[in-house]
Amino acid sequence: MDLKDLYRDVILDHNRQPRNFGRLQPADAQAEGHNPLCGDRLTVFLRLDGERVADIRFEGKGCAISTASASLMTEAVRGRDRAAIRRLFDDVHGLLTGSGEHAAELALGKLAALGGVREFPARVKCASLCWHTLNAALAGGAAASTE
Amino acid sequence: MNTAATDNLAGPRAAAARYDAARVRADFPILATRVHGRPLTYLDSAASAQRPLAVLRAVEQYETRTHANVHRGVHALSQAATAAYEGARERARRFINARSVREVIYVRGTTEAINLVAQSWARPRLGIGDEILISALEHHANIVPWQMVCEQTGCTLKVAPIDRRGEVIQEEFLKLLSRRTRLVALAHVSNALGTVLPIQQMIAAAHAHGACVLIDGAQAVPHLRVDVQALGADFYAFSGHKLYGPTGIGVLYGREELLDAMPPWQGGGDMILSVSFEKTTYNELPFKFEAGTPNISGSVGLAAAMDYLEGLGIEAVAAHEQALLQRATAELERLPDLTLVGTAPHKAAVLSFTMKDVHPHDLGTILDAEGVAIRTGHHCAMPVMTFFGLPATARASFACYNTFEDIERLLAALRRARAVFA
Repeated sequence: MDLKDLYRDVILDHNRQPRNFGRLQPADAQAEGHNPLCGDRLTVFLRLDGERVADIRFEGKGCAISTASASLMTEAVRGRDRAAIRRLFDDVHGLLTGSGEHAAELALGKLAALGGVREFPARVKCASLCWHTLNAALAGGAAASTE
Repeated sequence: MNTAATDNLAGPRAAAARYDAARVRADFPILATRVHGRPLTYLDSAASAQRPLAVLRAVEQYETRTHANVHRGVHALSQAATAAYEGARERARRFINARSVREVIYVRGTTEAINLVAQSWARPRLGIGDEILISALEHHANIVPWQMVCEQTGCTLKVAPIDRRGEVIQEEFLKLLSRRTRLVALAHVSNALGTVLPIQQMIAAAHAHGACVLIDGAQAVPHLRVDVQALGADFYAFSGHKLYGPTGIGVLYGREELLDAMPPWQGGGDMILSVSFEKTTYNELPFKFEAGTPNISGSVGLAAAMDYLEGLGIEAVAAHEQALLQRATAELERLPDLTLVGTAPHKAAVLSFTMKDVHPHDLGTILDAEGVAIRTGHHCAMPVMTFFGLPATARASFACYNTFEDIERLLAALRRARAVFA
């Protein structure tokens, strides 16, 4: 178990300066995510162009892992369509839980920086909160929870 | 006014100096564990304390030589198990100085004890216009059961506010007491902040208004001597596992006349005298509230834990913990970017804190990598977090086996966290 593997430079950077942080107004869809265990809350805002996520922002308060993961997610999904986002979600899930294929990991690009999380099972929910929230927003729901 | 229950926290320095924490540590096998290749620094006893060998052996002895069901058989083991179970009840009675074993009800823990009082005492008695008064620093276990009663009966929940130090504002508490107040439910010691509440005077004030009082003693019993008669509490609840005993066992103390007037909470075996399809006669106290086969080995472990703690001397343990608290408080105050949450002058050995720009969850992970176990999160006291405007805090809590070296390890790990997030 190596802390440096969890808190990689990319993670620390995205925690310090989260990308696409703030509200989208008006937004075509939004959802709130909550991790009751640690009190993390974030809201994901989407602007949609048909099947495509034209723009995405998030705001909220959370630990370094959840903030960096959300920041990286916004960069990764902007401009992609629902089907691609679903595949990405599966790959991220595989990465976080250690069940994914190595090839999938390579396709993740910068998101692969979250790979250290799998050694810290207590933190998987921190990294996945934003993705569940994004899914809820895409599904037209209002809330997601890690519980 | 009797102050026995509250004054021993500020125990004499001399007692702390004589206290041999290294020898105490040797009684706790788990403390020799290494975590991530480092010695374990266990600072999470407020969540659950570790068990000394004396407790583990008592449970093993019971399981290997004595176990059978209680109150049922005529055979030797059943009688021995009953004697162990009831002997442990008498031990618990002495521990809190209840008048009678009829006032000592075994429960799973503090949460179950409070729910029992909520459903069996409050629910049948309260209605629209009645009020239950709690404080703003309560654990969820002393909030939610009352909210459920409010929903069931139409009574109202009132909350006495706290100040920035984490103390219940006594004038506000007194103002909220009225003829409508039927029940006052308070923590003896706050789990999230460590604040020791002046419950003796609060109980007296509540009684002056005719209210019944329940005290959540989960965080108090490991740190200060509790005398339920001197305190005057109507109900007092605590858990075994915060007291160096097993999980799944705890005690609800209740004044006999109150318990007598309450209906059973759960129905089943052991809580009855006779059953027919026309009529069931309930058993007498305390069995009326103990339906089903109980946690017998847990009761044995609980009694052993009480023996152990009183063997060390609660006052000596409290003095040692206060010395640790003072040192840790002074050291943490010196760290830049660190803020203590809960700074009441009268505290149990609990330190809640935040570090600037480092989320408590990250702090917890980094400390864990250093072998330092702390609690991070809302500590099942979300309203406390909301009051301080925080999503969560980190919490280090000290027990009889902690040492000044543990504080050094905590400080080193905190500096490491600062460095990771520099």
